[in-house]
Amino acid sequence: MKRRLFLKSAMATSAVATAVGAGLLTPSMVFASSAKFKALSDAANSSAAGAAEGTFKFKAPKIAENGAVVPLSVDAKKLDGVTNISILVQSNTTPLTASFNFTGGAVGFVSTRIKMGKTSPVTALVTSSSGVSAKTSEIKVTVGGCGG
Amino acid sequence: MATIKLKPKAKKGVIKVKAIVKHPMETGLRKDKKGNLIPANHIDHLTITHNGTKVVDADIGAAVSKDPYFQFQVAGAKGDEITLAYKDNNGGSGSATATSK
Repeated sequence: MKRRLFLKSAMATSAVATAVGAGLLTPSMVFASSAKFKALSDAANSSAAGAAEGTFKFKAPKIAENGAVVPLSVDAKKLDGVTNISILVQSNTTPLTASFNFTGGAVGFVSTRIKMGKTSPVTALVTSSSGVSAKTSEIKVTVGGCGG
Repeated sequence: MATIKLKPKAKKGVIKVKAIVKHPMETGLRKDKKGNLIPANHIDHLTITHNGTKVVDADIGAAVSKDPYFQFQVAGAKGDEITLAYKDNNGGSGSATATSK
């Protein structure tokens, strides 16, 4: 029995080693691109904590039947000088999902679709000339039919 | 490589830009049937240009859906040119240009 266990673990470690050797799991490659995004996410998260309740519209479903496609839209057309709209999914390890910077003639409006693994509060963060404001709404993800 | 659908439509001085980019958007956290990690492959940067000036500059995370859909609104009129360009984390990129209707 012990010998089997030993063989099993030996196989497992060698499989990982070959994967690293083949350059499939190069840690620096994985983290290089995400480090910048992580920093952005941390910044957005800290500003969300101190943000005032927003006056813009944040459209999100209360119950998402399919977590792979959750439609969201943020409408801040009534606010002046919108420079950034960010979407944060609170239960993700990297909460920031997308960050849109607006310049020039862009109107403060964005609509997109995100993936969600489980139920979580989702925050929309709008930076305008009058400061940062946020709006949060809880989205329930029901996997496989009946909502709970 | 990837196909981009880009449909700008002008109405009352505002162009509604609807876009779908075909992209797998792998997070790098999922595993295949054998238990090996599927390498990350997702869009991390996207820009919208209106008549040559950049209007939207977005940082996209892996949590955006597969074949991501975006809708933006830009001040402009019929006949203006809208360009969408994206980059993914593996160095891949793509762009599309459309004239507003």
